Amino acid sequence: MNNIIIKNIVRFLLLVVIQVFLLNKMNLFGYITPFIYMLFIILLPLRTNKLLILFLAFLTGFTIDFFGDTPGLHSSATVLIAFLRPGLLKAFFGNIEFNLDEEPNIIKLGFFGFFRYALVMVIVHHFSLFFLEVLNLSKMVLILKNTLFNSLASLFLIYIYIFLFTRNKS
Amino acid sequence: MRNLFIFLWNNRFLLVFLILEFFSLALLSTSYSYHRSLSFNLSSDISGGFLSKAANISDYFFLKEVNKNLLKENALLRNQLSSSFLTTDTNIVFSDTLFQFIPARVISNTTTMQSNRIIVDKGKLHGIEKEMGVISNNGLVGIVIGVSNHYSTIMSALHQNANFSAKIKESGQLVNVSWPGKDYKFGEVTDIPSHIQLLTGDTIISSGNSIIFPEGVIIGIIENHEQRVDKDLSIASIKFNVDFNSLHSVYLIKNMMKTEIDSLLILNRNE
Repeated sequence: MNNIIIKNIVRFLLLVVIQVFLLNKMNLFGYITPFIYMLFIILLPLRTNKLLILFLAFLTGFTIDFFGDTPGLHSSATVLIAFLRPGLLKAFFGNIEFNLDEEPNIIKLGFFGFFRYALVMVIVHHFSLFFLEVLNLSKMVLILKNTLFNSLASLFLIYIYIFLFTRNKS
Repeated sequence: MRNLFIFLWNNRFLLVFLILEFFSLALLSTSYSYHRSLSFNLSSDISGGFLSKAANISDYFFLKEVNKNLLKENALLRNQLSSSFLTTDTNIVFSDTLFQFIPARVISNTTTMQSNRIIVDKGKLHGIEKEMGVISNNGLVGIVIGVSNHYSTIMSALHQNANFSAKIKESGQLVNVSWPGKDYKFGEVTDIPSHIQLLTGDTIISSGNSIIFPEGVIIGIIENHEQRVDKDLSIASIKFNVDFNSLHSVYLIKNMMKTEIDSLLILNRNE
């Protein structure tokens, strides 16, 4: 149990450091900055209290906001996916028997299962992020374009992160 | 009453979500206008400290020492430019410093969002105040919107609320420059009178009408101008002179007459 908590704290710190000091400075093709920090919310153990997930999501988002001076932007997007997480897991994987200490990761959900879950979480997060930043329906094409390309880049990096940091466990 | 509590308790997940989301959106609402982002932001010494440490490492790739010396030298030179001095009368030549340039190092910068912000390592203790102009060697960069003791946040020209008073260098016609949000290299010149046809390569400079920027700071070069017949004012696209993606050092501009001008404006408002 303690192991799980420490593991998640380490993951939180690692993801925030990667996001703030590395990815935030990234600019691919002029308009892509990948986001990876919400992987912390995606991978929280299945038994985690739903309310705790909401508070952790707010904390994660606010930390990113704090370093970029973007009040409320990442907080709101991350709280939204934390709200969707329990329902999403139930809808996608309701018939799988889970050991509650486990994480909804690739090993558990399978390559395609995890991809489906992560894809929805990432797209919802990115869309709400870019939409709330602009809050202008006339820029919808730009918002959708940003959501699509950034989501692809983020998912790619999420997979790289997972392959780098979960190998020793399996 | 008891039923109400039971109802709230049963829906606590939704309730906590709504509270947190509402709080986040309330914070976010401050960034939708320039004036509200002035009154609230998260610039702090703590985040600045971390960012600055990280920038220390990456700066080695950009020859930190050389940069700093060049900046100091440039600041000195700019303080001696004639546009930095205020000439009060035509008979008695009285020069005083009007604009002072304070060099600063960029420790955080984004270019891919719609509201891009730059964080630099100079703050209140170095004389930085909100609404000070920011330029680099190559031209206009942005406006300070938040200050902590050692750091400040700048609203980049790549910001949906950014709108700069500018003019066409050749003719002196006043226009406005903003950012349409698509590409960090290109901005938009708006409010061009319809009788004016801009050519590719025409220079757009700051107008000097605001107290934030001195006159003649380069903003960018006209990329293309489509003349529209049906409208009084037309739009042109402009290539920024500053490469926002590789911004390492900037100057913050202090207008020495700001307090005086501000007090005049307040006086006018009261009358």
